[in-house]
Amino acid sequence: MLTTALILLPIAGALVVAVLPLPRQTTAGLAFLVALLEVGLWIVAAGRFDFDDGGLQLGTSREWVESVGISYSVGFYGFSLWLAGVTVIVFAAAIGYALWVGRERTRAYHALMLFLLGAVVATFASQDLLLFYVSFEAMLIPLYVLVGVWGGERRQAATVTFVIYTMAGSLLMLASVVAFGVTQGTFSLTESGTSDNVWIFLGFAIAFAVKAPLFPFHGWLPLAYREAPVEVAAVLSAVVSKTAIYGFLRIGLPKFPEPADDLSGLILVLACAGLVYGSLLAFRAPDLRGVIAYSSMAQMGLITIGVFAFDDLGLDGAVLLSVAHALISASMFLLVGMVEHRCGTGELDALGGMARGRPTLATVVLVGGMIALAVPGSATFAGEFLIMAGAYDQGWGYSVVVALGIVLAAMYTLRVISAILHVKPGRAVRDEALDLRPGELALVLPLLLILLGLSVWPALVSESAFAASTIAELLP
Amino acid sequence: MIDTPTVDWLALSPTIALLGAAGIALLSALLPAWMRKSVAASAAVVGFVVAAVLAGYVFDETSTPEILLEGTMVQDQLAALAQVLLGVTGAVVVLASWGERRRENHAEYYALLATAGAGMVFFVGAENLMTLFLGLEWFSLCLYILVAIDTERETSLEAGLKYLIVGGFGSAVLLFGSALVYGATSELSFAAIAAADASSDSFLFAGLAMILAGLAFKVSAAPFHMWTPDVYQGSPTSVTAFMAAATKTAAMVVFLRVLVTAFPEQADVWTIAVAVLAAVSLAWGNLGALAQRDLKRILAYSSISHAGFMLMAIAANSELGGEALLYYLVPYSAMSIGAFAVIAARERELEAPVTLESLAGFGWERPYHGIALWIFMLGMAGFPLTGGMFGKLFVFSAAYDAGDWWLVLIGVAATAVSLGYYLNVVRWLYMRSGAELRLAPAGGSPPRDSALGVAIGAAVAVTVGSFFVVQPILDAANDAAKSLPF
Repeated sequence: MLTTALILLPIAGALVVAVLPLPRQTTAGLAFLVALLEVGLWIVAAGRFDFDDGGLQLGTSREWVESVGISYSVGFYGFSLWLAGVTVIVFAAAIGYALWVGRERTRAYHALMLFLLGAVVATFASQDLLLFYVSFEAMLIPLYVLVGVWGGERRQAATVTFVIYTMAGSLLMLASVVAFGVTQGTFSLTESGTSDNVWIFLGFAIAFAVKAPLFPFHGWLPLAYREAPVEVAAVLSAVVSKTAIYGFLRIGLPKFPEPADDLSGLILVLACAGLVYGSLLAFRAPDLRGVIAYSSMAQMGLITIGVFAFDDLGLDGAVLLSVAHALISASMFLLVGMVEHRCGTGELDALGGMARGRPTLATVVLVGGMIALAVPGSATFAGEFLIMAGAYDQGWGYSVVVALGIVLAAMYTLRVISAILHVKPGRAVRDEALDLRPGELALVLPLLLILLGLSVWPALVSESAFAASTIAELLP
Repeated sequence: MIDTPTVDWLALSPTIALLGAAGIALLSALLPAWMRKSVAASAAVVGFVVAAVLAGYVFDETSTPEILLEGTMVQDQLAALAQVLLGVTGAVVVLASWGERRRENHAEYYALLATAGAGMVFFVGAENLMTLFLGLEWFSLCLYILVAIDTERETSLEAGLKYLIVGGFGSAVLLFGSALVYGATSELSFAAIAAADASSDSFLFAGLAMILAGLAFKVSAAPFHMWTPDVYQGSPTSVTAFMAAATKTAAMVVFLRVLVTAFPEQADVWTIAVAVLAAVSLAWGNLGALAQRDLKRILAYSSISHAGFMLMAIAANSELGGEALLYYLVPYSAMSIGAFAVIAARERELEAPVTLESLAGFGWERPYHGIALWIFMLGMAGFPLTGGMFGKLFVFSAAYDAGDWWLVLIGVAATAVSLGYYLNVVRWLYMRSGAELRLAPAGGSPPRDSALGVAIGAAVAVTVGSFFVVQPILDAANDAAKSLPF
């Protein structure tokens, strides 16, 4: 019931927000309230969750289409509960940000955001292949409009590329869902067996690779992350991308052990390529969003290396880094939004010298940046270290690439920090541009505090992501 | 004394109800002008609803197929289910027609609509090549006139003429094919044709091919679709809605019935033929739609592509396929009537044909119509939260189960292409501002049209409802599919 409530609360909220003719700020406030309630609901769920138990928890199952074996079946494992948790937190911050900046057509905007929240949580909770497909696709409906209506100047091009890429992947997945479901006679993830069909696996893998995005399926990423409203970009890079990781962990590995093993070499090489290539692109990107977009792609490559390392260290690291990356990329995107709001541009050339007279901004950006570049002792470092250790068994070369990725991350993050805060004041930075306002701080600070907490105690996530029995089930 | 066959009046009652309604609607031409339209429309709505209810009762009562009227008609759950669908479709179309700005011909319009409905309801129960042809001509003749009923509009007349010529050609091909099949087997009834052992007769195959082609004209499957865009565009929009939903339903059901009951021995040949028709329709319909600017033409091409999806289910030649087809028809009918109803609303507001450009800002100005059209477009593209997704899923499952995995891949590719135009409509609805609209709206608020609003609401309810309530529809579809000898 709790899981269903987690899915339905934001969707019901979306309907209410869309229908009630309230003033703009009240509408946005109501949406923010729903998002906070959702966080509270997740905390209740986490409180009831037994992290030592490997089975499905907080599960509900109801028949939907009995004759073909489709059911509404939801529930959480340790790792998916963490992914859902980070989702609700990031969404609360994003919706709070939208409240702070005030979006046009407020009712539609917030209804779509809440609907998206429901769809993402449903994706992380689905224990039925068709329900997974439904929620995976349903995310696209609000995203299409959110980017297309409220985005930047080239928003139309951004939506078109985004939708073409994503739908090409999703439709291949639909073919795979049909093939898997028809062969198994059921769509339930808990009841179905495994398959050794490489083609079916590929359909899923490509859909996830587009969503993540992994190299070379990242063509939609720069435009979408640059043109989307900043909080939508935050949500995209922070949590929507993680549905791909959930897909790999819940469907790719356990349902296709042999194909996943056979293709792991290819996927690892692509992930490594994405890590290095993304990092280099981030280092060369001329604007703030470009840096974060490409760094996101690099980090997704890193997480994928963890997933396909095929050992417990790698998996634990992948989940820890997913959670940490979600928090850090959301806070970085929100910070970018705040900087862009002050300067009217995200071009690195035009920025600089913002540290002077703006201590709060400087501190927050610096702390966020330090976590993003995985300074030893941070949660991201813990995740990356686990992945590096896990990948070692697959071949020492992968670990070397991961280490290289960490070095590159330091390079591009330091570049962007100094481009915002240090060097000479840029032409877009006006003296009267304010320091972070308390309202803005209240949105970013919680994310960073959670990250600091995780840095102190990364085992909170990494030790509880998978119970021992789940690991045994996942690994071939 | 001539022996008269016993008549099962119950099984024929939906047809009779509609014919009765048509008669009343026609007689309303004698009434004073101010009450003509309301009497005719009410008679038609009541006729369609009564037909649907009676068909539902027949569906409930019939467990095994029964042959009626000396082997000319059949009473089974397949026919009954299709009749329910046709009845509901017709009733909603009447609601959508209500606000049509037509000065005259109200009585004739609704009478013809009801008669066409009666023809379709008769057609889906055909068990014999004669009744098949009779039913086909019955509703086609009504449609030819309905398409051309706006006699003051040149495009309407042109569409009527095109439909008459091409449709007449299609009917002729079907008739010729029937003659060849009769020549090969000396039988008219479907079951008897199947029983006659003539599988080596080349006339039988020629006849089968011509019957396939004739029916393909009616379902507007490529390459027999040439009339569709022009006729859909030129007809009064409510007639287009009726053709898109009801003609498709009737013709698809008969398509399935003829092939499965009359030609089971030749299945290895016609499954391939139908699969090829499906693939060609999917390719042609979707690619053609990409190039269109006029919304009715876009939907015409989209209906060709949907014919492709439905033919995929028929090509599976299995109970699963029949079930998938019948499920598919439910959200499909709702989505096409709904989409055409929204177009009709915009048309009545602008008093001009609806192109993509004339949708600019529509979504924000008319939120109800905008959201409805958004839902229909997503549904046709097979997005979740609409029955369109399950329709595609079941069709793909049936095709995959039958071993046609290549057809599934074509379907997937076609769906990907179709996003290009479905999402383009959404883009014009929401992402272009109304300031870009060059056509000035007629001025003031749009004409109030609550009947149209109800029709759109019903279509949305079915489109979304068929996503959540799948099992009951599927059960009914399964019962219906079981009445065919798979």
